[in-house]
Parts: sequence; structure tokens; C-alpha cells
Amino acid sequence: MAELLALAGNEGLSLAETVIRYQMEAEGKTRDEVRAKMAGRLKIMRSAAQKGLTEDVRSQSGLVGGGGKLLEEWRRSGRGLSGTVTGRAIAIATAVAEVNAAMGRIVAAPTAGSCGIIPGVLLSLEAEKGFMEEQLIDGLFTAAAVGMVAAKQASLSGAALGCQAECGVAAAMAAAAAVEMAGGSPEQAAGAAGVALQGLMGLVCDPVGGLVELPCVLRNATGAAHALAAADIILAGVPYYLPFDEVIAAMVEVGSSLPASLRETGTGGIAACPTARRLVAHLFSGEKDRQRIKD
Amino acid sequence: MDAFDVIGPVMIGPSSSHTAGAVRIGRLGRAILGEPPVRAEIFLHGSFARTYWGHGTDRALVAGLLGFDVDDERVREALDLAPAEGLEVSFGEKDLGDVHPNSVQLNLEGRSQTVSVVASSLGGGQVVIKKIDAFSVDMGCELPTLVATYPDRPGVIAAVAALLAGGGINIASMRVSREAAGRQALMVMETDQPVPPGLLTAMRSLPMMERVIAIDPV
Repeated sequence: MAELLALAGNEGLSLAETVIRYQMEAEGKTRDEVRAKMAGRLKIMRSAAQKGLTEDVRSQSGLVGGGGKLLEEWRRSGRGLSGTVTGRAIAIATAVAEVNAAMGRIVAAPTAGSCGIIPGVLLSLEAEKGFMEEQLIDGLFTAAAVGMVAAKQASLSGAALGCQAECGVAAAMAAAAAVEMAGGSPEQAAGAAGVALQGLMGLVCDPVGGLVELPCVLRNATGAAHALAAADIILAGVPYYLPFDEVIAAMVEVGSSLPASLRETGTGGIAACPTARRLVAHLFSGEKDRQRIKD
Repeated sequence: MDAFDVIGPVMIGPSSSHTAGAVRIGRLGRAILGEPPVRAEIFLHGSFARTYWGHGTDRALVAGLLGFDVDDERVREALDLAPAEGLEVSFGEKDLGDVHPNSVQLNLEGRSQTVSVVASSLGGGQVVIKKIDAFSVDMGCELPTLVATYPDRPGVIAAVAALLAGGGINIASMRVSREAAGRQALMVMETDQPVPPGLLTAMRSLPMMERVIAIDPV
């Protein structure tokens, strides 16, 4: 990130613009082509959100689905507690993560398991704060800057470093995007990414039954709220000292110290709760009736 | 690694390993068979065997065998669509030994060929082909890949390399294995450019060449 900030700083560019230029060079494409490709990704995020907010999506196992719709109805009732932007962000994040669990089309951002967080933050800012399509596209490039640093210096795999590498990094990406969209500097964007990630430091990957459903879907919602909090913390000018690269290094350290049971094996954390075990036993008992061939 | 690797890929959920990777494995299986499969026996290993049903890995593998893309919404209905597409599938579990926990064996039958493929899904939609029939391979299929079988005799590799050089195709990697000296050999070659059809025909008509399969990145 230090490298990227220096690159942006030398030319007085945003992180978004730095990534756009990098991408134009990497793909040998024009600015319009690169932006159009990102606009395509945004469009898919939108349709996933729309589907999850309005339809009764259900996962294969039946464990999750319909939460985004419930949150949307709750938000519309005006009785929600978390306010307009956060209320909408958690509804959208849940909706998109449920569409993912129900085998719908999504954008892995950075992974499929954490695909709701960035759309949750960006689309709620659009709806509630009047950000425009072009600003959202820029936001996705800012998010990409943070994601690329995390992928290069750490990992985006829950199996490798726990869910901090998926939902934690997604929240960091979304926080940075929100800050730049709101007119913050690249340094502030990186700061917000650090605040978001440090808040989710140690987040374990503990999917019930190994499925991307519990706690993954709702973790997208809390991750989105988290990203908005981090963006506000930095935009308000609360002092923050830690360079993003050091937070990423800490994440690698913490992630590699996690026991295997807390890294996507479905054996520890939430997956080990008695109720989780009962749900899994119930789910997989139906499975035995399926017709199987022998080798 | 670029911006669209982290804001992407566009895929059908719920898991890049279990769904996107599985679709790619199915597509590669179909490419290695070299024709649409009419019958597929699918043996799941490790974590694939435990959670394939909740993740839709079974549908994703079949979707790939039908030639669907990772972001095709028909992935969800692939099991129902297979019969109409002339593909009969069956599932089982199998311990494939010391391989990645997300691994699968595909025994595929087409109208004229059969092949058995072992592949692993490594995360983020990345996959690797570990075995084709009895041969151990290590194919990521991120570049255009050629797989050729022929009797192990001097000169075959040179002839293939000469053809590619003549066509201006650069070889990025090459690996040759054989059952035993003088028995059947398998060559896996990654190229920087796709191999044009004319060159493939020339390669197939080399003396002693048995099969040449061209796999495009999926």
C-alpha cells in the first residue's frame, strides 16, 4: 500500500485513478473500456441486490434465505435502529450474500463468501447520499486497490488466514471506497481500510457444515456496517496511526496462528456450537437417501 | 493479479472453490475428452465429498461438463438439464489418496472416446488437473494447453516442437511422462498463443501420434 500511496501521491491521483491507469496498461485497453468493464461488475452487483431484496431466495440446504427481504421491509417500516445508510447497507449485504448462497450470479469481491459487503456499502451510499454511478465505479477501483494489496501481501482465503482475509478485507476495501467517494484522500482511504481490518482482526472462518451460509451471510451484513463505521471514523478526523501494510502483516501473523479448526474446516467456532452440529446432522442425514454409485 | 481479479470473477455462488472451480473442472474434463460427454461417473473426494450438495458442487461439475460458463445461471439447473443434453451422470465418493481436499475424479465417456481425469479446486476458482488416465500431470490450464499421447520413441517431441516453431507458437512449459521406456507417453505443453486448427491437424497426422487435445483457458 505504501508503494501505491507513493505512486498516487507523486502525481496527485486518487487510489481509484491509480488503479484505472494500472489496469489500462496491464490490459492494453482504453480508459472507457476499463471503466465499462467495472460498470458491468456494478450492474451484476445491482441485480443480485435487487433479487435478494425482493425475492424469496433460498440456499441449497435451506438454512439461509429471505433475510435481505426481511431487512428491507424492516428498513421501509421506519422502525430500524441503525439509521438510513447502515440500515440499507446491511439489507443489501445480506441480500447479495443470500443470492450467492442460493447459487445466483454474483461478483466475488474479493471472494464469493464476502460478496455482499462492497455492494452493501456502495449501493446504500448511492441510494441514501446521492452518489452517482461514475462515483460508484471509481469506488470499485479504490476497493480493488486495497484488495490487490491484501492479495499480494497476505491472502484472500478463509482457509489460509480465517475470515478476516475474506469479510475483513472486503470491509477494508469498502471502507476505502466510501472514503474516496466522499472526497477523502488516498491516505484517508488507506486509513479507513486499516480501521476496518483492525476491527475484524482475528475473525475466524467457521462455516456450519462447511457451507457458505452460517455465519457467512450475516457476517456480510455486520461487515458492511463495520466498513461504514471505519469510513466515518477517518472522515471525522479521529487520529489513526497504523499504516495499512502493518495491519496486513498483523493479519498474516494472526491468521497463520489460527488453529486449523478455525480456518474453513467447519469444525470450530460457530460451526462447533451444539445447535450447528444438530443442524448439520439433520441436513446430511437426508443426504444418505440419495442414490450413489460405487467405484 | 489485477483489479478484476479482486472485483471479480463474476460467478454463480456460493463458493469460488466449490462452484466456480468445479464448473471449470467440468469444462476442462469436457475439453480433455475432446467431445461432449454422454456419460459421466463423478467421484468426489475429501471436502468435496462432504459438502458438495450444499455448495451445489454436483450441479457445477455437471454444468461444466455441459460446457456452461462459471457465470451461467443455468448452473443451478444443470442436473435437470443434463438428460435433455444427452448426458447421463452418476455420483459417488472415493478416497483419491494424497490430493487436495477439494478433488474429484471424472470418468467420462463420449461417442468415440473415454477418459478419466482427476482434478483439484485450489480456491478462488483456480484448478489443477492432476491425472489424465494413468498419467500424473500438473495442469493449471491458465494458458492454451496441448495434451498429446504417442508411443515413446525418439523424435516425436522434436517433431511437435518443430511444427510449433514453424507456426510461430512459443512453448511456455512442457512436461513428458511415460508408462515405461518404449511404452505409451503423454506430453503436456503450455503455449503463449492458441494453436491454430491447421497446426493441430498437422500434429495429429504426425507418424505415431495417437491423440492431440487442445485445451483453451476456461
